[in-house]
Amino acid sequence: MYLLFGENITCGYGSVDILFNCDVGVNEGEISSIVGPNGAGKSTAMKALFGLLPIKQGKIILDGEDITNIPPQQRVLKGMGFVPQTNNIFPSLTVEENLEMGAFVEQHDCKKMLEYIYELFPVLKEKQYQLAGELSGGQRQQVAVGRALMTKPKVLMLDEPSAGVSPIIMEGLFNKVTEIANQGTAVLMVEQNAKQALKISDLGFVLNQGKNLFTDTGNSLLENKEVRQAFLGG
Amino acid sequence: MDFLNGITLISNYILIPGLTYGSQLALGALGITIVYSVLRFSNFAHGEFMSFGAMTSILLCWLFLSLEINLNPLPTAIIVLPFAIIITIFYCILVDKIIFKFYRRQNSKSVINLIVSIGVMFFTGGLIRFIIGPGDKNFFDGERFVLKAKTFKNYTGLSEGLALKTTQGITIVLSIILVVLLFWFLNKTKTGKSMRAYSDNKELALLSGINPEKVVLITWIITGTLACVAGTLYGLDKSYKPFTYLHLVLPIFSAAIVGGVGNPVGAIIGGFVIAFSELIVTFAYKKIFFYFLPNYLVPDGLLQILSTDYKIAISFIILVLVLLIRPTGIYKGKII
Repeated sequence: MYLLFGENITCGYGSVDILFNCDVGVNEGEISSIVGPNGAGKSTAMKALFGLLPIKQGKIILDGEDITNIPPQQRVLKGMGFVPQTNNIFPSLTVEENLEMGAFVEQHDCKKMLEYIYELFPVLKEKQYQLAGELSGGQRQQVAVGRALMTKPKVLMLDEPSAGVSPIIMEGLFNKVTEIANQGTAVLMVEQNAKQALKISDLGFVLNQGKNLFTDTGNSLLENKEVRQAFLGG
Repeated sequence: MDFLNGITLISNYILIPGLTYGSQLALGALGITIVYSVLRFSNFAHGEFMSFGAMTSILLCWLFLSLEINLNPLPTAIIVLPFAIIITIFYCILVDKIIFKFYRRQNSKSVINLIVSIGVMFFTGGLIRFIIGPGDKNFFDGERFVLKAKTFKNYTGLSEGLALKTTQGITIVLSIILVVLLFWFLNKTKTGKSMRAYSDNKELALLSGINPEKVVLITWIITGTLACVAGTLYGLDKSYKPFTYLHLVLPIFSAAIVGGVGNPVGAIIGGFVIAFSELIVTFAYKKIFFYFLPNYLVPDGLLQILSTDYKIAISFIILVLVLLIRPTGIYKGKII
């Protein structure tokens, strides 16, 4: 049983459907990756799961509860954290203020979470009073992930965390993602860099043209000949 | 001695009036900047909101005076100000609920909101003239001067006097208090930070659970407060006439744009830039040359660059220049 499960989802923009009867999900404390070529509907699946897009068919279940008709703000309260692909920070707020905004709705101890995030991303502690807009791409991405973690989510959703950062930074970021999952937060991410993403993933969902093509553990997908040839460049 | 006289002259005719007028413009520009950065439109009704605030102060002043409540030697306007602020805030929120909210729901473009705000401006202007009439109203009472020119002359022995009107003193002090409070609110409180976050990245603010209706409400509370204080201070200083606030919109907008739209620090700097430019360009320099140059070099004319009738043109020229040369303003703001 998945912790977060989008079951049999059909949705799209306006009258055009992007996803067709798609299943994606993540288990507690694990990492799932959604991979596939451009236009496969990866980001759409993410938006659908978070409620940013109305769903035509199917349902979304978080921790056994049907959340299909709940607005995104309340999904945050239910334990979902979302990091959009672009515009995922408040550029004219300081790093610390960015993180504080993440915990805006949470009543629990904000300081404790701040400490945890500074421990996870030491760079952010150094730059805590700097404006987030002045940081490098990789550091911004850390701010964005940190902001989403502030509510202590059960599931963290990352939309292309490695977009626009160098391979070295990307590797560091993926290490952090593994660390976050080890701490008990499930991570569901969409990635262009399918190979690296699948390496750290417990589950992988290969989408193509809005449909589930393969669903398997990360390693078996990496070894699957068809997947390799079609999506991982041999 | 001549040197000191010259300095006193400049302080009396440029520095003090500039600080006063600059503070009034800065408060106005802050209101415009805050509406712009949170609600994303240029609020042309802000001048009339200021007028509304001043009108409320006057009406309350009359009420208080008839009840024989005053604050001698300070003007009665000081006691009524908090009440006037509340009424102005109430009016702003009412306008928002009836008019702006409708367009916000429709996700209207900022140009449409701008035109709507012009409608609100005319309506408010009409309402004000309907209530209080178009005539001149002087509602200043109490002691006129903090420092009289004559006292200063006697005390220092200089031939030039330095005067500080009570209204000027009040304007500067109140503006400082208000600006400090505003910056404290925006930078230190959770609600203030959420406002900045909302203005920075609306979508992400919504994802973080920031309530947009609350942000909008607080924006109008701040705008109403700033408008009422700025309007009352301006009216107190220069006597209240409803039509002058229509003209005030231009220097206030120039101030906001010169400083960088959406940047509160910029709005304050912009206010002073506009105020001092107006005074410096329209000041008659003859007397200053009289003090600083040997007698045979002092020219005969008034040495005024522009007549004071052209005051309003100066803010317009600055506005056009800034938009042509540096549309983002002094502090990098958004381009309207």
